[in-house]
Amino acid sequence: MIWCGAGILILLAISGFMVVRTQNVIEQVIALSFYGLVTALMFFFFQAPDVALSQITVGAVALPLMIMLALSRMKFRKFTRQKEGEHD
Amino acid sequence: MTDRLRLGIFLVAGPVFLGLYCYAALNLPPWGQYRGPYGDMIARLAVYERHATDTVNAINYDYRGFDTLGEEFILFTAAIGVSMLLRREKDVPTSPVGKVEDRPPLSEAVRAVISPALLITVIFGFYIGLHGQLTPGGGFQGGVILATASVLVYLAANTEGFKRITSHVAVEVVEAAGASSYALIGVMPVLIGLPFLTNILPLGTTGDVFSAGNIALISACVGIEVTAAFLLVIYTYLEEIVTGEIPEE
Repeated sequence: MIWCGAGILILLAISGFMVVRTQNVIEQVIALSFYGLVTALMFFFFQAPDVALSQITVGAVALPLMIMLALSRMKFRKFTRQKEGEHD
Repeated sequence: MTDRLRLGIFLVAGPVFLGLYCYAALNLPPWGQYRGPYGDMIARLAVYERHATDTVNAINYDYRGFDTLGEEFILFTAAIGVSMLLRREKDVPTSPVGKVEDRPPLSEAVRAVISPALLITVIFGFYIGLHGQLTPGGGFQGGVILATASVLVYLAANTEGFKRITSHVAVEVVEAAGASSYALIGVMPVLIGLPFLTNILPLGTTGDVFSAGNIALISACVGIEVTAAFLLVIYTYLEEIVTGEIPEE
């Protein structure tokens, strides 16, 4: 039991480190989503199923979705700026 | 700051932090041990006092209901803030520059899987939201699950499909209604001379869906508010990205 918990915590540490290490932003969002899933597994293992449920939906779905939406909006702005530059 | 200096600082600060961390970790309580008296006490009392088998929600929506009221209004304010920052004013002329592809390039197989997934998500969301007082879950979790169901609609169809199931005005009104009904449930006991957020509704039979008095009702209100808040944020983002129009600066 203790080793299982320790394994989840080590997996959590590794995936958290890999989120920081990832260079490409899109890949980083996917890594963040995986990190959210591992966090949910950790909460579930340490007997907090309430928090695990909200962590699955918020950490693994809602947060990456918000970041993706914000990213695509920023890209769109950049795209329009370039278009305007071409007209000058 | 050169790389060399940065490495030097790390080589000094890293071991110091590691030492302090190990020192702190050695003083943690043993595995599976709980030291405080409150957790054990509430776990024993919640079923007897509130007829709620999920102690976490008995704390969230009853014993510490006032804290959750504050948390709910944090989410409310955040959603309103996003929709205010990204609002589209009618008077400002917009220039349609470029058009974003509004058809997610998904295969037919993925889209075929999405409709049963949507059904399961909606049912599971309602189940989690309405059984907050009995099993792990509750309004917040159920609300977020229901909000992700709408994202499945967007994945299967496109923004038009998403807009067909939501309306900006309706979502705003529902969100405000959900948030304010929590506060109104809290005010009700004050009118008959009891403290704010007292559980005055009949407690019912333990284990029944309609039990635990205020807890189930507040949980449902929070679920409505959270669903609407997430829908509002997603709607606001999608509206601006996909119309392909930016306001002239």
